[in-house]
Amino acid sequence: MAENTAPKSAPSVAPPVPEAWVKTELARHPQRPYPMDYIEALFTDFSEIHGDRQFGDDPAMAAGMARFHGQPVAVIGNLKGRSLKERVARKFGSPDPEGYRKALRVMKFAEKYGHPIFTFIDLAGANPGLGAEERGQGEAIARNLLEMSRLRVPTIATVTGEGGSGGALALAVADRVLMLENTIYSVISPEGCASIMWKDASKKQQAAAALRYTATDVKRLGCVDDVIDEPQGGTHNDPALAFEMVNKKLTQHLAALQSQSIEDLLAARYAKFRNIAQFYTVAGVAASA
Amino acid sequence: MTWFKRDDNEIQPNDDHEVKTEGLWVKCPGCRKTIWKADIDANLQVCPNCGHHFKFSARERIENLLEPGFELVDLDLVSTDPLEFTDLKPYKSRLAQTQKKTGLNDAIINAVGRMGDLDVILSVMEYGFIGGSMGAVVGETITRAADRALESRRPLIVVSASGGARMQEGIASLMQLAKVSSVLAKLDDAKIPYISLITDPTYGGVTASFAMLGDLNIAEPGALIGFAGPRVIEQTIRQKLPEGFQRSEFLLEHGFLDAIVERKDLKSYLAQSLKWMTEKA
Ligand SMILES: [Zn+2]
Repeated sequence: MAENTAPKSAPSVAPPVPEAWVKTELARHPQRPYPMDYIEALFTDFSEIHGDRQFGDDPAMAAGMARFHGQPVAVIGNLKGRSLKERVARKFGSPDPEGYRKALRVMKFAEKYGHPIFTFIDLAGANPGLGAEERGQGEAIARNLLEMSRLRVPTIATVTGEGGSGGALALAVADRVLMLENTIYSVISPEGCASIMWKDASKKQQAAAALRYTATDVKRLGCVDDVIDEPQGGTHNDPALAFEMVNKKLTQHLAALQSQSIEDLLAARYAKFRNIAQFYTVAGVAASA
Repeated sequence: MTWFKRDDNEIQPNDDHEVKTEGLWVKCPGCRKTIWKADIDANLQVCPNCGHHFKFSARERIENLLEPGFELVDLDLVSTDPLEFTDLKPYKSRLAQTQKKTGLNDAIINAVGRMGDLDVILSVMEYGFIGGSMGAVVGETITRAADRALESRRPLIVVSASGGARMQEGIASLMQLAKVSSVLAKLDDAKIPYISLITDPTYGGVTASFAMLGDLNIAEPGALIGFAGPRVIEQTIRQKLPEGFQRSEFLLEHGFLDAIVERKDLKSYLAQSLKWMTEKA
């Protein structure tokens, strides 16, 4: 048998591709349905609301009025674009401050009329740029985190591809945070982590594994509420089935949230984030004044 | 996208910011003059010649802002390394090394004490501890400071100095942004004053959460403050960034700081502002 003919010298077998990297490639698959595909498939009467009424209308963020099984709701999702031209125009899906401010404006609009809010997230991160810094990217994200924590309506966030750091979290301080099976949710991209921590961008697969950012790991760490199964091989293999699977979960979670009083909902949301990721122990006091 | 992050052993992009110590003399990056170190020490770590603000440690900051007799609290939390993270070396040994070097368990110190005649809660980040990065301990400690403010109805002051979220704690560090922002919403609802003092440097997830959420957001002169780091932005936009980019003065000009306050004036500024907020009509 061929198995016994291995050379005597050290085998030059490439290390196996980590599961986290396989998931990363699925999360970034170019044929994968994007947030707007879910919005179009799962909601009716979508009517887009443009602009933040302060600076502009971010082409990387969509928000508007819609209906979910007949019920009025707000929907928000970032936009990535399919063709290269559209991708460039949409900054590969990375919002600027005005995108986050538009999203918050529509959330407050929904809150005013008591309608639930759905967000869909697939972005590598908030846009890093000169204009983004001039217009307060940090302030825009921070404001969304604070305001989302106290919105007086049910909120459900779904990561459908990449959940990239603060730019994703700015749409995900929600009563329910859901991740599709082959998605990632991370504090930093594997490429960025590799170049900073390993000083070598080619170590991205190792970084991907080390960051434990797959849906399974993030759920195990208690940082999301639920993981949604995908069709065999990923959402791009059978988008219609994927939409139905997401639809089912959103319907279940919304019903559960709407069976609670708003005060109970706010208390539960606060308790969830107050007690999230408490990875510390109480040790001796090292500090001396 | 990467958040700005400097680690102990990383080359600093701005050597501008390094304190070059040759014994008892320091070369000031502000005026390029060689200054007698004792003169800087006697002047709150500010250059007596040009006013350049050198970094202040968390302990120096607390002693500078609070009256004697303050109490340090919430110092006993230690990270459990939730990801069992290892890059070129294990995070656990990086932590142990930094704990030994700094005498702190993590990059933050909470203190309760008096500022003038006001009782306040102070939470101060320590940049010397893994670049002031925020993991589960920093997030929880700031949240506990906010809890103390809520329970006692005393004002909260948070002093930031941070490269951003702590990468070695992955998604757990990202969640700290949500946690701290949620408790700050409670403070806001309860009308308990919160002032954010942003110091050099403050980046990433810290800028994108509590640093920008104060009733007042103030900074010392010349501090570097931003969301994305300058190198990441330059690589993305492929052009040089303007002079003074992401300095306090740049943020003030663009409307994201309420005031720039020199170190020597900070305590009186804070006390006066808090009085304004809490005084009954
Ligand atoms: Zn000087």
